[in-house]
Amino acid sequence: MDLRAEHEIHTRRKGRNVGVGIMLAGFVVLIMVLTFVKITQTDFARAPGTAMPAAGIEGTN
Amino acid sequence: MTDITNSPSAEYEAQLGDYFALLKPRVMQLVVFTAVVGMLAAPVSVHPVIGFASILFVAIGAGASGALNMWWDADIDAVMKRTAKRPIPAGKVQPGEALALGVALSGLSVMMLALSANLLAAGMLLFTIIFYAVVYSMWLKRATPQNIVIGGAAGAFPPVIGWIIATGSFAIEPWLMFALIFMWTPPHFWALALFMRSDYDDANVPMLTVTHGRPSTRKHIWVYTVLLAILAVGTAFTAIGGYIYLVTALILNALFLLGAYRIWNRDEVMAEEDNYLVERKFFRLSLYYLFLHFGAILAEASLKPWGLGGW
Repeated sequence: MDLRAEHEIHTRRKGRNVGVGIMLAGFVVLIMVLTFVKITQTDFARAPGTAMPAAGIEGTN
Repeated sequence: MTDITNSPSAEYEAQLGDYFALLKPRVMQLVVFTAVVGMLAAPVSVHPVIGFASILFVAIGAGASGALNMWWDADIDAVMKRTAKRPIPAGKVQPGEALALGVALSGLSVMMLALSANLLAAGMLLFTIIFYAVVYSMWLKRATPQNIVIGGAAGAFPPVIGWIIATGSFAIEPWLMFALIFMWTPPHFWALALFMRSDYDDANVPMLTVTHGRPSTRKHIWVYTVLLAILAVGTAFTAIGGYIYLVTALILNALFLLGAYRIWNRDEVMAEEDNYLVERKFFRLSLYYLFLHFGAILAEASLKPWGLGGW
């Protein structure tokens, strides 16, 4: 079997590789968004064992 | 790197769609729908992103168990008409690839669900995957005519997982949804087994039609449908029920009981004459039956914020 760059098997594999690539990229984006939501939703500042945030800090921005 | 000249499947290179088919997309639709209903019927609201991600991981977990099932059942799938075109018997995907995909996606989905939702939901997903792939596929399916009854439990867990995603705990309501799918599965599959006549015989799968005969299967469909109707209508008077659900359940169960009664009162000669028309209609109705019951539960839950759903 010839392994030239334009071989037909490369064309067939391209579709599959692009598909896997898109899925992996989507997965990365999903994890990023999920992480962002988890961090902003969960009140880390009031997690057990941590000090309460100083009054006046919230809402200064 | 693999030399493509030595590839055993040089004539056919599996495409993405072939791997996707391993995940049983049609079963996944049911899993996603019932899990979403379980999640939205729960009294705790879930952030849309967390809800979306969690349901996606449940769907991936369900798909993984489907791939493991196809890997294990490749020999009988090849014999049965209904399943002969699945990726492994069709020669599109190697059995080892299906196994690897199933194991990898199982691990990924359980871990990700633990991160996106909670450990209990992840534990339930892991239990469901093991139940379907090991208890049902590897053990019960070829061992007992009750395979469908017990195996149906695997397909009944998604609303429970959905509920746990939202609440992080168990309650009676998701188990009612579980019971609805659990009791629905046997008549649904036995009707299929009646009109897919020789499939299960050829594959030596001990379906009720093979071990106890067709008249007994017809009687079983009737008995299970009666029990299902009592459960389905009774659910209307619980926290997940309401007027919409009650009306839906009354109509659907009347139709379902009528279909089951007709099946019970027929024999093979009558069924052969009209090419199993009653059984086929019952099977088609069973699909709407489950979809509309869960749709009604969803409607009740969605209308609650406006003071309309529920009792």
